[in-house]
Amino acid sequence: MQQTSSETKYLTEFYHLPEFKGLEGYKKNGGYVDLEKALKMQPQQIIDEVKTSGLRGRGGAGFSTGMKWGFLPKNDEPRYLLCNADEGEPGTFKDRMMMEKAPHQLIEGMIISGYAINSKKSYIYVRGEYDESINTLATAIQEAYKAGYLGKNILGSGFDHDMDIYRGAGAYICGEETGMISSLEGLKGQPKLKPPFPAVQGYLRKPTIVNNVETLAVVKYVIRDGAAAYKKYGTEKSTGTKLFSLSGNVTKPGNYEVPLGYPLKDMVYTLGGGFKPGRKLKAVIPGGSSAPVMTAEEAMKATLDYECLAQMGTMLGSGAIIVIDDNQCMVECLANLMHFYHHESCGQCTPCREGTGWLDKIVHSILAGKGRMQDIELLIKVADNMKGKTICALSDAAALPVLSFVTKFREEFEYFVREGKSKVKGVAYVAHNSH
Amino acid sequence: MFELSSEGKQQVLNELKRYEAKESAVLPALYIGQRENKGFINAEVIRALSNVMGIPESHINEVFTFYSMYNKTPIGKYHVQVCRTLSCMLNGAKELTHHLCKELNVKLGDVSSDGRFTVTEAECLGSCGTAPMMQINDKYYENLTPESAMNLLRGMK
Repeated sequence: MQQTSSETKYLTEFYHLPEFKGLEGYKKNGGYVDLEKALKMQPQQIIDEVKTSGLRGRGGAGFSTGMKWGFLPKNDEPRYLLCNADEGEPGTFKDRMMMEKAPHQLIEGMIISGYAINSKKSYIYVRGEYDESINTLATAIQEAYKAGYLGKNILGSGFDHDMDIYRGAGAYICGEETGMISSLEGLKGQPKLKPPFPAVQGYLRKPTIVNNVETLAVVKYVIRDGAAAYKKYGTEKSTGTKLFSLSGNVTKPGNYEVPLGYPLKDMVYTLGGGFKPGRKLKAVIPGGSSAPVMTAEEAMKATLDYECLAQMGTMLGSGAIIVIDDNQCMVECLANLMHFYHHESCGQCTPCREGTGWLDKIVHSILAGKGRMQDIELLIKVADNMKGKTICALSDAAALPVLSFVTKFREEFEYFVREGKSKVKGVAYVAHNSH
Repeated sequence: MFELSSEGKQQVLNELKRYEAKESAVLPALYIGQRENKGFINAEVIRALSNVMGIPESHINEVFTFYSMYNKTPIGKYHVQVCRTLSCMLNGAKELTHHLCKELNVKLGDVSSDGRFTVTEAECLGSCGTAPMMQINDKYYENLTPESAMNLLRGMK
């Protein structure tokens, strides 16, 4: 364990070593000893340990990993493990770092997880743009096969496991687990109605567990240290450490690992280095662009854990913290996000397909200085009609930023409509909608 | 008429055998077709893939149009994708895109007159801590200024 300027380097302890990327360097620093340990345990023991550790999915939804695994049918039907490396939530760049700096950490976590859930085949679904991640993982998987960590009868345990990479092709929605399964099946990445949940019917209608990169890497450490030791980090309901991707207007953006429950204020001002001279905090989006925005005042009181952020009406999400300073126009920020959700809606459900389009149009018309006062209410009305009405959460993910931006920074929206220009920047913008 | 090279055809056949479901090979096959057709996909590429794979053109076409990494129109030798989403915008992505288009004298999505560059905007590329950034073909270029980005492009012949 290495403590550096109030980071807690648990998963990232050896990330500063370039050798950690290769098999030899990884083994020199504790690599694959936990796989050996796990293969001597009963699979159910591993599931119980993960359940007891309190580990919650690190991709965004924060669902209990052990409980998810527990949904698998209790039979010998073939089942798949699918690693979600389609990191696409705006503001998130932690999984990319993990794959590029420590591919074997993920692979070891996946083999242990595969053993626990009795899966003989896993895929890592990586977003297509992450060329370096894909190449790094491909090399690491080959190394793991050569060393006998993958393939038949792993380390003489009798357990077989194969692993392959699947390259995405540019679609945010494929980060949604059923959308990802559609994509892996060679279809449009459209989500599927749940139930049945993937654990019961997933890839090719076989039971499938979909877990995020960080979640699967953590499994190795739960086995190494035991659930009780893991739970010493974090809070009662948000156990462990978490990688946070900090971006936006701070002077030291980057990935930081801290225990859950860490004060957001310290993330922004200590680790993030605060702001450029003369600028100050205006707003924070704490969990990726789908998380409702917080005012500066709210942000200063928040701690980075699932329950605190939920209580404050927002969410921890993927751990992507986007910091906005007082030089930024909130109308412009919201317009940027609405363009994103409109572009990424898969088009399957009407409230989302039409709703994201209207939100994008309305907020861009305000941004062009052509808004009407009633458009502000219209934004709220459209967003309200998009919540909870679709197959997946993308519709809600577009609605929630709208409701929080317009409610908490209403004055900026009203000023823009009244004066035809940004309160902060003093100009309007030509609407551009390049789809 | 577009035809896959014998090497490309072999790669598509390998992808067909690689996954449990034959259809899973559609996404990788589209990448192969795109690479062999100077960086974009049209009806002829779809037809050629359909013939090799034994999967209906309509299916391949549906998949092709859904994903953003398959180009629908001809593309320059260097495809410059500037990330436009929030963290990059907060750090000057709009200015970056504007500067590149102006200096290269191209509109977004068009190919420059010498055939070298196409500039497009991309949604969040997962490089938010090193904003603003761009992807040129497969590679990421991070922590850019309009000038540093333009200097990089000038070096690409």
